[in-house]
Amino acid sequence: MTAFAQHFTFEFKTGLRNPNQLLLNYLFPLGFYALMGLVMTQINPGFKDTMIPAMAVFAIMASTILGLPSPLVESREAGIFRSFKINGVPALSILAIPVLTTIFHVLITSAIIVATATPLFKGVAPSDWGAFVLVALVTAFTCGALGALIGVISANSQATVLWSQLIFLPSMLIGGLMMPLSLLPKAVLPFSRLLPTSHAMQAFLGLAYDQTTTFNPVVSVVILLTSGVLAFGLAIYLFNWDSRNQARRGHPLMALLALAPFVVSIFLQ
Amino acid sequence: MNETILSVQDFRKVYGDFVAVDGINFQVQRGEIFGLLGPNGAGKTSTLECLEGIRRPDGGAMGIMNVAPDREPRKLRNLIGVQLQTSSLPANMRVDEAMRFFCAYHDVPPRYDLLERLGLKEKGHNQFRELSTGQQRRLALALAVAHKPPVVILDEPTAGLDVGSRTELHALMQELREGGASILLATHDMAEAEKMTDRVAILLHGKVVATGTPRELTATGSGFTKVSVRTDQSVLHHNNTAFPGVQQHLIKEDYAVYYSTDPGPTVTALLDYVAAQNDKLIDLRVERPSLEERFLEITNTGVAQ
Repeated sequence: MTAFAQHFTFEFKTGLRNPNQLLLNYLFPLGFYALMGLVMTQINPGFKDTMIPAMAVFAIMASTILGLPSPLVESREAGIFRSFKINGVPALSILAIPVLTTIFHVLITSAIIVATATPLFKGVAPSDWGAFVLVALVTAFTCGALGALIGVISANSQATVLWSQLIFLPSMLIGGLMMPLSLLPKAVLPFSRLLPTSHAMQAFLGLAYDQTTTFNPVVSVVILLTSGVLAFGLAIYLFNWDSRNQARRGHPLMALLALAPFVVSIFLQ
Repeated sequence: MNETILSVQDFRKVYGDFVAVDGINFQVQRGEIFGLLGPNGAGKTSTLECLEGIRRPDGGAMGIMNVAPDREPRKLRNLIGVQLQTSSLPANMRVDEAMRFFCAYHDVPPRYDLLERLGLKEKGHNQFRELSTGQQRRLALALAVAHKPPVVILDEPTAGLDVGSRTELHALMQELREGGASILLATHDMAEAEKMTDRVAILLHGKVVATGTPRELTATGSGFTKVSVRTDQSVLHHNNTAFPGVQQHLIKEDYAVYYSTDPGPTVTALLDYVAAQNDKLIDLRVERPSLEERFLEITNTGVAQ
């Protein structure tokens, strides 16, 4: 087995062995999905129309934005990255492989949601499955890259919680998961454009469900992809082997550049 | 042992205003076990971290088989095997998985034989967090040498090990040396350094204050050689003769004990005296000052005489 295959296999198993990662990869998103399926569909029957993409995006957010940063910080603090560096594990592998394995976990969770939402909760299935998978992959990549970037720049585990929640909580409130963006007050809409979930939901609804959207869904995919590439590039650039996380090539605030495409999107559409 | 494998020249490492290492020099030859000794904060870890390519030197030059650790990390990774002071692997990584993982990155087949040798075969399916401190250190050692590197850097390798594991580790070190590997050993255990190393350098406040073989170092300085003599009639117990080199003497159980700066003439004179008194020698012990005593002397005074 090649080094990449060994590393990938190990990281994938870690997503199941580590209780925190198991929780964020599977238990939390699937538990929330079951709750929403049972409760939200009764309160708001219109939720069934967006339930599958909304719960898929929620699963992606839980695994990536909430789940990815802490293991990176803990590994750095424990000196694991030093061991890796000495043994020739490149920074690219240290960041890319957890992102890839997390995308795999997310795909499994999303597949469970897609397979059960219609028979269990009468969730509406996508009309274009290819577009659905494509948007899911782009969203998972972007959120994975943002999660890796949060892990790289955070001084400690408490900081990861702060940064992660700065994205996660607004995403839940105004990111189009619980209610359509069209129902948001106009003053709030520009802020929702700053969130990856808003663009993910617009892309899902516009491309996979053929619905009318508030933003241009193709532009949303481009915004997501650009931010993902920027975030991953910055994560590699700012990555630090040092357990004390003191010496690095740039200031942590450079990470905000990854959000530039979302800022630009306010003026685009 | 005349081929220099590892060299450190005028190496300097600074953290802000603090000079951790201030222009040190030493070389390690092929097949040599070289000890790096010093109290906490002497600069050992900074030196090792720069040799391992984790940190960049602020001055001077370092080379491992003509590879500069800070400039050629890819070349370095197969030249060195490193056991860090604190073993650090992912908590949920299994023992056999760790062996496969690191061997894959070194592009060599997994060395399960090393796990067996270091008593870890039964723990193959255990996760790293389930291992005792000693088992974690043995695993770290197995991983450090699995790719048969020409240079092995060991940072406090026997800390936390039981006697059996320590003996096995020492045997493995000897085997590596016989196989041509050079070992840079940083340790606080002076008995280990005295037993295992060919040469040592003692660091103090970022400078090398003494280098040489353990025998050379213990032969210098103000430490006295202890000469203990036991005879049939104990003629030395009631004797006040001033033997050459003797600085002080005392009676301890059946032995007359002499502390000498010049043990050769002291022993000769003692034997002559015992023979002249028609007494019979039962036991004679000559004990050099230990490396630990010499180390304490150097680190307390800050100078090597």
